[in-house]
Amino acid sequence: MLKILKYSFYDLMRSRWSYVYFLFYLLLGIVLLFLNNDLSKAVITLMNVIIILVPLIGTIFGVMYYYNSREFTELLLAQPVKRSSIFLGQYFGVATSLAMSLIIGLGLPFAFYGIFNSSAIWDFSLLLITGGFLTFIFTALAFVIALSNENKIKGFGYAILLWLFMAVIYDGLFLMSLLYFEDYPLDKFSLFATMLNPVDLSRVLILLKLDISALLGYTGAVFQQFFGTSFGVILSFVMLVFWVVIPTFFIWRIAKRKDF
Amino acid sequence: MKNKFFILFLFVSLFSLKNLWSQTITVCATCPVKSIKEAVKQAAEGDSILVKKGVYKEANIKIDKGITLIGENLPTIDGQEKGEVITIGTDNVTIDGFKIINVGVSYTTDYAAVRVVNSKGFLIQNLELEKLFFGIYLQKSNDGKVLNNKVRGEAVTEFNSGNAVHLWYCKNVEVIGNDVQNVRDGIYLEFSDNITIKDNVSKNNIRYGLHFMFSNNNYVINNTFETNGAGIALMFSKFMQVENNIIQKNWGTAAYGLLLKEVNDANIKNNLFFENTVGITVEGSNRLEYTNNDFTSNGYALKVKGACYQNHVINNNFLYNSFDISYNGRINDNKFDNNFWSNYTGYDLNKNGIGDVPYRPVKLFSYIVNRTPETIILMRSLFIDIIDFSEKVSPVFTPDNLLDENPKMKRIDHDRN
Repeated sequence: MLKILKYSFYDLMRSRWSYVYFLFYLLLGIVLLFLNNDLSKAVITLMNVIIILVPLIGTIFGVMYYYNSREFTELLLAQPVKRSSIFLGQYFGVATSLAMSLIIGLGLPFAFYGIFNSSAIWDFSLLLITGGFLTFIFTALAFVIALSNENKIKGFGYAILLWLFMAVIYDGLFLMSLLYFEDYPLDKFSLFATMLNPVDLSRVLILLKLDISALLGYTGAVFQQFFGTSFGVILSFVMLVFWVVIPTFFIWRIAKRKDF
Repeated sequence: MKNKFFILFLFVSLFSLKNLWSQTITVCATCPVKSIKEAVKQAAEGDSILVKKGVYKEANIKIDKGITLIGENLPTIDGQEKGEVITIGTDNVTIDGFKIINVGVSYTTDYAAVRVVNSKGFLIQNLELEKLFFGIYLQKSNDGKVLNNKVRGEAVTEFNSGNAVHLWYCKNVEVIGNDVQNVRDGIYLEFSDNITIKDNVSKNNIRYGLHFMFSNNNYVINNTFETNGAGIALMFSKFMQVENNIIQKNWGTAAYGLLLKEVNDANIKNNLFFENTVGITVEGSNRLEYTNNDFTSNGYALKVKGACYQNHVINNNFLYNSFDISYNGRINDNKFDNNFWSNYTGYDLNKNGIGDVPYRPVKLFSYIVNRTPETIILMRSLFIDIIDFSEKVSPVFTPDNLLDENPKMKRIDHDRN
């Protein structure tokens, strides 16, 4: 598995797209920092970018990579290699290289700007960690979709739909249910609903660390009380890990049974 | 002509006569008079007491004659936490240039560093108060001045701390140039009318920078309120002027710059609201004029909570606030006109400096949050941006007459000094 991971990783490292992705983040970081001059504001803008763009790129890239390397996969399948290690290797290769582009691309300008001497270091590292998690989660989901759909168009369609659901539609449903049940106490429900969606969870985790959390008022205080404790932090990271592990398990299971 | 000279002569002679009669008592460690209490006892109406530098361990100094108490080089009066330090019970008393420390803390009596009771024409200036409970406590006293005092408290909780300057049933008092920090309420007024509050700095107070209850016709001019629990709280008061103040950095889940509750006919003019969670919270307040203010980088610039009618918001700058206006209800009787909104995206074809498309300051999201506060957790989600945009294009939920017909294209330059 490690060999295939290494191969996929190096393959992607050589590809143009990871450089474009890397350069995009590098540029974004530089522009944000040197036009804005305010570290915590830059972190807020970055948050907006990360919770929208990282899942989108993870999904699209994952699906694309799977379909593009299909012939090579078939070649590999003819060799005496375990199936699960082929697909898991590919998945980890893609996700790691994407996460690396993100972390290095954003990390470099911030490091030069002097993030290590700043109090925003924790907000920033939380941003990168959630960004990394989101990459792993959405690439895994993309692989699951690609593995279960032979048809490329269908696969892309489902992948985009998945992103749309997580980033937009879920919040819409969430909002509707909050409005519909407004006569009931909703703190527990909103906590629960936030935990279920990795995009929302990342957004709330970062928001609570910023100054802007004071705007959240009473609800914010409930969330702060929950996420402020080590139990809350551990639970939310466990949730994120679950979001990585469960799709990965599905990759493994589908790959084992799949007929080529 | 002759007559006038005669009157002048009479006045001059009268004053010199008074000077001749009044005497100065000096207090110091090596003087014949060693304590302030002793000096007060010896003094007659109109006398001066000059206190030299040193530490005087005295509490409960009662001043019952119209005398002038002057400290030279800031002598210290140590109250040893025995209760009140100076109590003034008569007219025309001046206290100038002391450092007063260790006022007693009590849960039943409001001990103060200086208390003025039922008096007129008092002047309290250049004091430095530290380790205090209440600072300067004016009760049923009129026509006096509180000038240039410095108060540094150590307040941690509301229930065992006091206010720096406290006015109760007072009229025509000037509170000017004071610097109050780390107390409960910086300046507190209850049932007090015609008070001028000018050039004060009120910082880091755990409750309010300035607090009004049932006080009418007051002027609040050129003050700075910074990092308080809340900047100014105006409650149940009428005919107030709030001008040229800087209200900033009152940040926290329950913090705001200016709270208006049941306030009628007030003028809020030329103030700067900077980085407050809520710039102004208004509830049940009518006929207010908000003109020429700057609302910069607040969470909410203006939060209108209900029962507010005939208010005018004109010529203000709304710059980079998360929410410009929060409004509940669908009826609007307030007028928004000629403001500059940094979130305005319209155009100006005839180049007259006024946008051709009206601006709607209430976002759908702020309307939703008002209805169901829990929804705030969706802040900065992509979905919220999308519905805000669609509401902006065609308003359905927000009051359709709540709009600025003449939004300015450029930031308004206010003449603030």
